[in-house]
Amino acid sequence: MSAMEQTDVLVIGSGFGGAITAYHLAAGGAKVTVLERGPWLGSDEFEHDFKLGASYTRIFDFVVGDGMSLLGGNCVGGGSVVYFAAMPRAPRFIFERHGSIGRRMWPGAINRDTLDPWYDRVAEALPVHTQDWNDVTYAGGLWGAMCAHSGRTANPVPVAIDNEKCTNCNWMMAGCKFDAKRSLLLNYLPAALAHGAEIRPLHEVQYLTRTDDGGYVVHYEHVDEEDYRIHHGSGKIAAKMVILAAGAGATPVILQRSEPHLGTMPHAVGRYFSGNGERLNTAILNEDRVREVLGLDRPDGLPYGSNQIGKGPCVANWDRLDGSLPEYSRYSLEQLYFPPGLGTILAQVPGGADPTWFGAEKKELLAKWSSWLTIFQMIEDDNEGVFGPPPPTGNANRISQQMLGRGSLSYHPTANTLRAWAMADAEVKDIVERDGLAEVAAWTNDVVGAYTVHPLASCRIGDDPSTSALDDRHELRDHPGIFVTDGSAVPCALTVNPAMTIAALAERSVPGIVAAARERGIDVRYGAPSPEGETSARRGTARLARDLAG
Amino acid sequence: MTLEAFADTIVPGEKRSPDDRAVAGAAEGPGAVAAGALELLDWSATGVTPMLGDLVRRLGEHAEAFAAGEGLTLDASVPPFVALTFAQRTALVRRLLAPGHPEKEFWVLLTLFSNMAYDSAAHTETADAMAAGHPGLLAMGFSQPDPDGLWRFPRYSYGRPLARLHPATTPSGSPE
Ligand SMILES: Cc1cc2nc3c(=O)[nH]c(=O)nc-3n(C[C@H](O)[C@H](O)[C@H](O)COP(=O)(O)OP(=O)(O)OC[C@H]3O[C@@H](n4cnc5c(N)ncnc54)[C@H](O)[C@@H]3O)c2cc1C
Repeated sequence: MSAMEQTDVLVIGSGFGGAITAYHLAAGGAKVTVLERGPWLGSDEFEHDFKLGASYTRIFDFVVGDGMSLLGGNCVGGGSVVYFAAMPRAPRFIFERHGSIGRRMWPGAINRDTLDPWYDRVAEALPVHTQDWNDVTYAGGLWGAMCAHSGRTANPVPVAIDNEKCTNCNWMMAGCKFDAKRSLLLNYLPAALAHGAEIRPLHEVQYLTRTDDGGYVVHYEHVDEEDYRIHHGSGKIAAKMVILAAGAGATPVILQRSEPHLGTMPHAVGRYFSGNGERLNTAILNEDRVREVLGLDRPDGLPYGSNQIGKGPCVANWDRLDGSLPEYSRYSLEQLYFPPGLGTILAQVPGGADPTWFGAEKKELLAKWSSWLTIFQMIEDDNEGVFGPPPPTGNANRISQQMLGRGSLSYHPTANTLRAWAMADAEVKDIVERDGLAEVAAWTNDVVGAYTVHPLASCRIGDDPSTSALDDRHELRDHPGIFVTDGSAVPCALTVNPAMTIAALAERSVPGIVAAARERGIDVRYGAPSPEGETSARRGTARLARDLAG
Repeated sequence: MTLEAFADTIVPGEKRSPDDRAVAGAAEGPGAVAAGALELLDWSATGVTPMLGDLVRRLGEHAEAFAAGEGLTLDASVPPFVALTFAQRTALVRRLLAPGHPEKEFWVLLTLFSNMAYDSAAHTETADAMAAGHPGLLAMGFSQPDPDGLWRFPRYSYGRPLARLHPATTPSGSPE
């Protein structure tokens, strides 16, 4: 019998949760193997192309569920390769949320003050920086001007984008060809490789089993590089420790499928899913009114007419991020861009007759596409998503060769969620329809349900074993040696884009994971600097890290 | 013909010739069919191609049931769905796409790809589609790429402050 392949730490998924932990563990001396279901593309392979099979569909994942569809990354670098790189920190009140459980959802040890030093580490590593109005695109500027016109404030959002390199092409979802977007392919992952970590693309993990000595065996299948519906054989690797970071749409599914082998999973695995309260509105601008009312004019054409130009979200309204307001009434309203293909089908004709999302009137709406402005709401939802029985492989029954599949998540919004969406819809309408600036309608939820690019909370941290799957060190309850460090660990909707918080929690989890690894006989130390060697943020976390290592 | 009529219900277009039956002529300018919907649906990468025969048959049956329900007599010289008027096609497709319809997810797929043929020419390289004057991208005002087939927008900003910042913004640029 040939010996099974062995590693110290097996990391599942190479997005924020996987890349950050893989880097620190490799830099600390552990043998780290990363299995990633998607392909490994470099910036020269990212294309400006909507054709099926181009980078846009190779690296993207769209899973339709019952009442909620998930969009995410499917490649080395995970969501960071397809994301828009808006990186705000979660507001202070978020950490005090009670949600559906009647008491604080976050572990007692975590609040904005204790997380800020970890946010600083991520900000140094990616890096993340503030923007001013010169960085802001026409779409962001327009949103800012409309907010101001209605007596509100508006903020350029902090981003992980090198604005010197950015061409404002708005092809971010297909991967950044210009290396302007600071994805994980430019920091944590190359640093992990430099320290000897191994990354294996097109390896989709299916389930875990136990070894006799307290470790785990990770079972995977090889995915075809072009047609992801086809798998070429399987394999397994034994590991002393496993870090699950397949994203909030996939991590709980792997654990569900492992349950017959590992034993009962904590109740919260595959429950309490949050879509980060997302919902989109599309406004159709009246170009003349943009000039007359807001005094905006581009040097080269229409006053606005620039839906296609930009770099995703640039400006957000944060007036409702006020901790003195009741839960479920706080949200942010962020300007966004969503490309054709996925970004037009759900938009509805404002005040149109049924059908509002296809047919002749919709075609007229498409003719005004350049004058569209998309507004992204992030409300506090109710963690109402639940995963059903897992599909045979992966986290979806794949329909198309790439991108499109059907998954097992069901999400039926509660009255709290619906009320919050209605409030945010009304506020967007109040802002954009003032003085005839625009007409607006929300995207329909009748076609693929609600939708989110920010899946969260399906395997969350907490202090209470009945409503959280992980302890506050991210270890899976009753299954020592399995840690979850991706978006599924975040307890609830954040009212802002989540990647900064996911990344900060992953950074924070590392000292505890290193301590657990040492107890399992892995020769590893904590204390690596930032991937490019900076050390100032490390100084800020030194004392916290000692506490977390116990 | 039936699939063309379906795609034309999603993004309607002008008739290709006076005796065009599949395209109802419910809108000016080319629609999903002229944009290449059939080409896209016929491509196995979509995952719908193997279902098309079945979907055509079902659409025919739904059209017949619809006609019976409305007391209509359908022109037998064309497939039943094609024999419906644009308004009737739309009414039927609305029912098939409504939440709760048992076959909804298949009709959603057909709708998604019909729309994608028009709004993103997902069967063609985008730069080529632009060069060839793809009707959907053109109608939407999608701009021409640079000569190397990539999009860049050197002018992108009004370049001046347009709102007051939230008073509680932290030095990192985040909300407090
Ligand atoms: C279009 C888009 C725009 C976005 N813009 C922003 C933004 O501007 N700001 C922001 O904060 N957030 C944004 N996000 C969200 C952000 O990308 C995610 O929140 C973040 O990437 C989640 O990190 P993660 O570690 O949880 O998982 P991911 O980054 O999703 O990584 C999980 C990885 O695991 C892999 N995987 C899944 N299953 C398996 C398996 N069985 N075996 C092996 N590997 C597996 C996946 O392919 C993926 O690479 C955006 C998302 C999308 C889709």
